[in-house]
Amino acid sequence: MLSPYPQLVRAGFRRYAAYRQAALAGLATNAVFGLLRASVLVAALAERGPIAGYDIATAVTYVWLGQGLLNVVNLWADRALAGRVRTGDIVIDLGRPWDLHSALLADDLGRAGYAVLMRLLPPMVIGMVFFPFRWPEHVATWALFAVSTLLGTVVSFGIRFLLNLSAFWLLDARGVLAVWGTFGGLLCGLIMPLQWFPAWAQAVLAWTPFPALFQTPIDVFTERGDPCVLLLHQLGWAVVLFGLGRVALAAGARRLVVQGG
Amino acid sequence: MDESTGSAAQVYARIVASRIRGQLSYPGSFALDVVAQLVGQGIELLAILVIFTQVTSLGGFSAAEVVLIYGLAATAFGLADLAVGQVEALPDYIRTGEFDVMLLRPLGTLAQLLCADVQLRRVGRVAAGAAVLAWALRDVEWTPVRMAVAVVAPVAGAVILSAIWIAANCVSFWLVDGREVANSVTYGSDFATSYPITIYGPWLRRVMCFAVPGAFVAYFPALALLGRPDPLGLPAALRYCSPLVALIAVGVAAFVWRIGVRHYQGTGS
Repeated sequence: MLSPYPQLVRAGFRRYAAYRQAALAGLATNAVFGLLRASVLVAALAERGPIAGYDIATAVTYVWLGQGLLNVVNLWADRALAGRVRTGDIVIDLGRPWDLHSALLADDLGRAGYAVLMRLLPPMVIGMVFFPFRWPEHVATWALFAVSTLLGTVVSFGIRFLLNLSAFWLLDARGVLAVWGTFGGLLCGLIMPLQWFPAWAQAVLAWTPFPALFQTPIDVFTERGDPCVLLLHQLGWAVVLFGLGRVALAAGARRLVVQGG
Repeated sequence: MDESTGSAAQVYARIVASRIRGQLSYPGSFALDVVAQLVGQGIELLAILVIFTQVTSLGGFSAAEVVLIYGLAATAFGLADLAVGQVEALPDYIRTGEFDVMLLRPLGTLAQLLCADVQLRRVGRVAAGAAVLAWALRDVEWTPVRMAVAVVAPVAGAVILSAIWIAANCVSFWLVDGREVANSVTYGSDFATSYPITIYGPWLRRVMCFAVPGAFVAYFPALALLGRPDPLGLPAALRYCSPLVALIAVGVAAFVWRIGVRHYQGTGS
């Protein structure tokens, strides 16, 4: 029998490909915010020259990559899984002949694949064509960036999965997801480069999975630091979060009581 | 006639009161929601403070001056969000056909939509903005004119942002998935108004500060409160024009809404 997961990746891709108008509309938001955020960073650099190794080209590249990655790693979680936990429909998902955790990851990777085409590449092209863009110096950087984006997506999935599963214990994961939605952008380096943060904040964040979502792929692309260390940090958190996700799902499933039947 | 308008106002008051009562019936959840809104509004302030750990001025403005602009913008945005934020739900009402129901009722469509789901938790945003504004205003050398600006500016700014919000969301009458297009204007304005307009390039400034009149929400009133010259050299009279711009914006928004409703044909199912 064929493994269902490659087909789930394809299904995830096609599901999002069905909403082309939504993708175009989303691009408008990315473009406006890219312009505004780039203005802020460039204004800061105009005051005193490069900050923490960011010149204007690097800052502009940082902004457009961030706007593009936003929908690939998918920072802002949807509540679908939490909703199925609350209503009990999760029982049906657990009963299917698949590993639910892997199936959802496969679906998310398909979604991310479509987002690379429709949401990541266009903002990058805007940055390349209309702004001073920091091109990678090594050809290998493009491949490393692709791997880093993939790992960032897996880490993001791990966080979103755990937050959604909190519904097993809290019944309503909305508050938890709202907190993540509020702080996520700042902690992951979407809003400001993490290297601009005070040293203590950088030291704390280095021990968290958060930079893996945005700052690390962008650092890989702009060739800051050793790419092996950066990718290993992402890989480590991807594995840890996947493991935690399995434990949490198993623990949650044990709490599940199916009434009647 | 008087009797009927009186009863319409009563209907709206009842609807809004029922929505608010509903949200207050879960006080714990409500308190958390308010705190989340309060903190959410503070994130952009943190970003501003991070920048000022690296530089001493941004676009020719000091940290305290940028915080004043941010405080004015955040208060105005919070008030606008509270008043008309529900207009974001327009695509859902159109998709589900509930907008057709609104058209049938003997009440204004826009007013019905705005009253349908008032989110009281958004007072958290207003509170965050007002607290920052109060802090930023402590060094202002007060004159009667500046006092008037300090009181009128957040309200006029809220009216301007509300008008922008309504006009932008009218795009849903034409596009099935227009919400994100509207977001680029509404949340884009929220972001754009939080910084001095001097940081934007000439084209971005023309679009986000004057065509979409974001500059009148916080930047010009802040110049009046700070009593400082405009680095862009624009006429001093502009800093007192926010209420006038607000009136024009309301007129434009009402016009766009009317065209949108007239264009609306339903989803057909």
